[in-house]
Amino acid sequence: MPLAFYICRPMTQLLSHIINNEHFILSAERTLFWEDKRTLIVADLHAGKTGHFRKSGINIPQSVYKDDLHRLLAQVLFFKAEKLVIVGDLTHSIANRELDLFRKWRKDFSALDVHLAKGNHDILDNAWYKEADITVHNDPLVIENFAFIHDFTDTEEMPAGSQFIFSGHVHPIICIRGKGRQSLAFPCFYFNSQYCILPAFSRFTGGYKIDPEKGDKVFAIAEREIIPLHKS
Amino acid sequence: MKQTIGYKVIVDWLAAYNRKPFLFQQQAWQHIIQQESGLVNAPTGCGKTFSVFLGALIQFINQHPNDYKTKKKNGLQLLWLTPLRALAKDIGRAMEEAIEGLGMSWQVGIRNGDTDMTERARQKRQMPEVLIITPESLHLLLGQKGYTEIFRQLKIVAVDEWHELLGSKRGVQVELAISRIVNIIPDDNKLSIWGISATIGNLEEAKNVLMSPLKLEGIIVKANMDKAIEVESVLPDEIEKYPWAGHLGIKLAHKVIPIIMQSRTTLIFINTRGMSEIWYQKILDICPELAGSIALHHGSIDMELRTWVEENLHTGNLKAVVCTASLDLGVDFRPVETVIQVGSPKGVARFLQRAGRSGHSPDATSKIYFLPTHSLELAEAAALKQAIREKIIESRPPMLLCYDVLIQYLNTLAISDGFIPEIIYKELITTYCYRDLARNEWEQILHFISSGGALHQYDDYKKIEIEDGIYKMKSRRLAMRHRLHIGTIVSESMMKVKFMSGGYIGVIEEWFISRREPGDVFTLAGRNLEFVMIKDMTAYVRKSNKKKSIVPSWQGGRMPLSANLGKKLRETFDRKSFNRKRLTQDGSHEKEIELEVLEPLFDLQEKLSIVPKQNELLIEQIETKDGFHLFVYPFEGRLVHEAMAAILAYRISRIRPITFSFAMNDYGFELLSDQPVPVDDTNVYELFTPDNLLMDIQRSVNSTEMARRKFRDIAVIGGLVFQGFPGEQKKARHLQASASLLFNVFSEYEPGNVLLRQAYQEVLDQQMEEVRLRDMLHRIQESKIILTFPERLTPFCFPIKVDSLREDLSSEKLEDRVRKMQLQLENE
Repeated sequence: MPLAFYICRPMTQLLSHIINNEHFILSAERTLFWEDKRTLIVADLHAGKTGHFRKSGINIPQSVYKDDLHRLLAQVLFFKAEKLVIVGDLTHSIANRELDLFRKWRKDFSALDVHLAKGNHDILDNAWYKEADITVHNDPLVIENFAFIHDFTDTEEMPAGSQFIFSGHVHPIICIRGKGRQSLAFPCFYFNSQYCILPAFSRFTGGYKIDPEKGDKVFAIAEREIIPLHKS
Repeated sequence: MKQTIGYKVIVDWLAAYNRKPFLFQQQAWQHIIQQESGLVNAPTGCGKTFSVFLGALIQFINQHPNDYKTKKKNGLQLLWLTPLRALAKDIGRAMEEAIEGLGMSWQVGIRNGDTDMTERARQKRQMPEVLIITPESLHLLLGQKGYTEIFRQLKIVAVDEWHELLGSKRGVQVELAISRIVNIIPDDNKLSIWGISATIGNLEEAKNVLMSPLKLEGIIVKANMDKAIEVESVLPDEIEKYPWAGHLGIKLAHKVIPIIMQSRTTLIFINTRGMSEIWYQKILDICPELAGSIALHHGSIDMELRTWVEENLHTGNLKAVVCTASLDLGVDFRPVETVIQVGSPKGVARFLQRAGRSGHSPDATSKIYFLPTHSLELAEAAALKQAIREKIIESRPPMLLCYDVLIQYLNTLAISDGFIPEIIYKELITTYCYRDLARNEWEQILHFISSGGALHQYDDYKKIEIEDGIYKMKSRRLAMRHRLHIGTIVSESMMKVKFMSGGYIGVIEEWFISRREPGDVFTLAGRNLEFVMIKDMTAYVRKSNKKKSIVPSWQGGRMPLSANLGKKLRETFDRKSFNRKRLTQDGSHEKEIELEVLEPLFDLQEKLSIVPKQNELLIEQIETKDGFHLFVYPFEGRLVHEAMAAILAYRISRIRPITFSFAMNDYGFELLSDQPVPVDDTNVYELFTPDNLLMDIQRSVNSTEMARRKFRDIAVIGGLVFQGFPGEQKKARHLQASASLLFNVFSEYEPGNVLLRQAYQEVLDQQMEEVRLRDMLHRIQESKIILTFPERLTPFCFPIKVDSLREDLSSEKLEDRVRKMQLQLENE
């Protein structure tokens, strides 16, 4: 399908972040861009999740999935990414027809180099990934000295050749409490000195409330803005 | 009728036990054999079951005068709907005794979640003449292939405890089932519907709801057997002039002991599950000799344990039971001697119902003790007594347009024989609940269940398929899943609690358990339990000997003060200012001890501010070091106050930008600001106008959050939330999405969705009690608004102030803080 059919979202907030002298850009659209490597990093797409529900008779509107794909497209175009790293849970469950839409989308970006660091939900046949031209990494994917692992608790120590881990799986949410019983919850980026937990890219996901410690850096995603929240 | 053989047979049988039929029973029987329909209005314990059941027998005997004893396998004759499974056995037993005594061959079957497979198979082969069933199980029957056969010979549908079912979604389930049954009965077989109900404010409407599918007027048969009720307030030794809803109740626990001791069986009703646990422990602490003869009963305790309590109460093995509304029903067969109500019951009907549980025979006086949990509740006691005297009882307004229950029902019909939309639509509009269902809404619902806005090429959606114009669920897997789900009305945020060694204790709300660490000790069903772990959606625990434990709180709604009781309360305060006497039954005046005892409190209130008369609205403006307080006292219940506080805050902020924090209770609400509040007698009436109400609600109240909460239940009922097959929860993980997430997705991508709209409507109706809110504003326009400027906090505002602190402080800290405040105020 020609690119002109997709509509790029208007600019949303971006924030610069440096880790070990490398420049990254945090986007309120739940992606992370590694400038030097022209690599877009996302986690937890859960493509086909709405399809999975619908197959079981629960009719979630498919538009949320379509929108997720549009947003990913917009981000790839905006950053002019050459490489896409998915830090696990690209798909949600067994194959269903919604995944055909993903494959179609993928074909439109045949020049994009797509890598998947396997997550617990990535259970499709090898053939599927081959056909989709996605390189799957069962072991940690390491680029320069950054590792990409879906669930950082899966490893005991830093993978060989890396000093920092990007992971997903958690779908992190930060809770801000006000007076009385008021509280607000936002998906967020979480950083400490050793690893980062990326927000779930898909908007059709639940989340897990994280409990940051002193010195950790948390970036809440509120509507279209990134709000740094650091525990002092 | 008295000439008929059926009547004579029944009367002879009763005479053998030295019993005679009551007048209302005879009247009901007369109507039944004339194949009419209606409602029997009788209090509990007065023979209401037999008023319909024996009528069914009389009808049968009259139709088969020669062989009524031997005739068997007649097919289902009488369908008996009851809200509680627990009652079914008792009712069944009573019916079987009667049948046996008459020498008849009728079979009585019970059908509910507890019915085992053998019994179900037996019923399938041969339907008993009487089937006692719950609304959920009736829907399950509609979900079986060939269900129309079951109802071929049906003559009567009886709906027991209709006042309980009315106004709830289970009542809507009853309406739907009846609409279907009415239309599958062959034309030559005239079906009768009989509701059996306690007295409620809208009895006529209650009848109409049941009669609706028959398109009949129907008759009301009244029992005219009002039991005399005596209410005695347990008075505290000392009245706090600054009352607060805290532990006053528990401090009076020792006064309860002598009442328990001098009575054979006692029920102690507590308003919340959390408090019932505290009370149970407290009574055992004060009186350890009662261990073994006192028990705890509430909705989160495992059913087996509850059944044990009910049986032992019946046989007299238990001396006292601390309970919540869980023991409100099921009276006919299990009266107790004494009833104690702790804390305001918040409504007259509930109070009467509980009072009616005491005393053994219909003509004995029922006695109920009232124990206040804060001093001002004594005023509520006085109001209650007056309300009982005037027979002012709350209504149970029926629910309207419950799309979630409708969707569940359509899925049920789809798994059995399938349904043809046009036929079902015609049936639906004969019901009270769905009579205003518009065609386009109907189309939307059909669309929702059969397809729903998809990228067809990329869609696997399967639920209901259309074959030759018939909507069916063809997937066996989906049908099985729906069958498990049929009847679900309450959302499941509860987790089972089980001993490591086996044995269920009850259920606990998931959010409570999710905050516990292994080793934490909490109380449930009167036991101290140490939390071990969560596995497979169950919380595992061990017995603990620790003394200190956390009492769980349940988020379930505390009932707000009813409109009736609120009105009576306003009148009560009026009596305070007039003279402290009330009218008794014989027209004389009697002293109201509750008000006398409150005199010091009223005097202080009068000194600092005023005690409002019933046609006055009191507004107090007080400045303290915390800021500028505005207290308003409509006495309309906390829900209305919650909405009104937000609306008032919004309206005031349009005069001048100003922000507030809120607090409220059943008597009134508070707005607190750091600036002076611009309310005076020039603008006060405008601030309470009913004009633009809806618009102001939308702009002020956080209806989205409220709707999100309502959506939780609606999503479960409508089948959007999947709990997993028993034992297969792990597989269900891929299909789990929180209702909150679903709410977000639907709000953004399908805002016109019927279930979403229902959530917002329920917020208006139930959460904000919109009708009541509006009525209140009209009433205020007619009243005199009195603004006072007390120099310090008043007795009336004190409980509201304390409630606002509750959220930020633990209960020990709160008690300290309150004590300090009281001392300070009393010394000023």
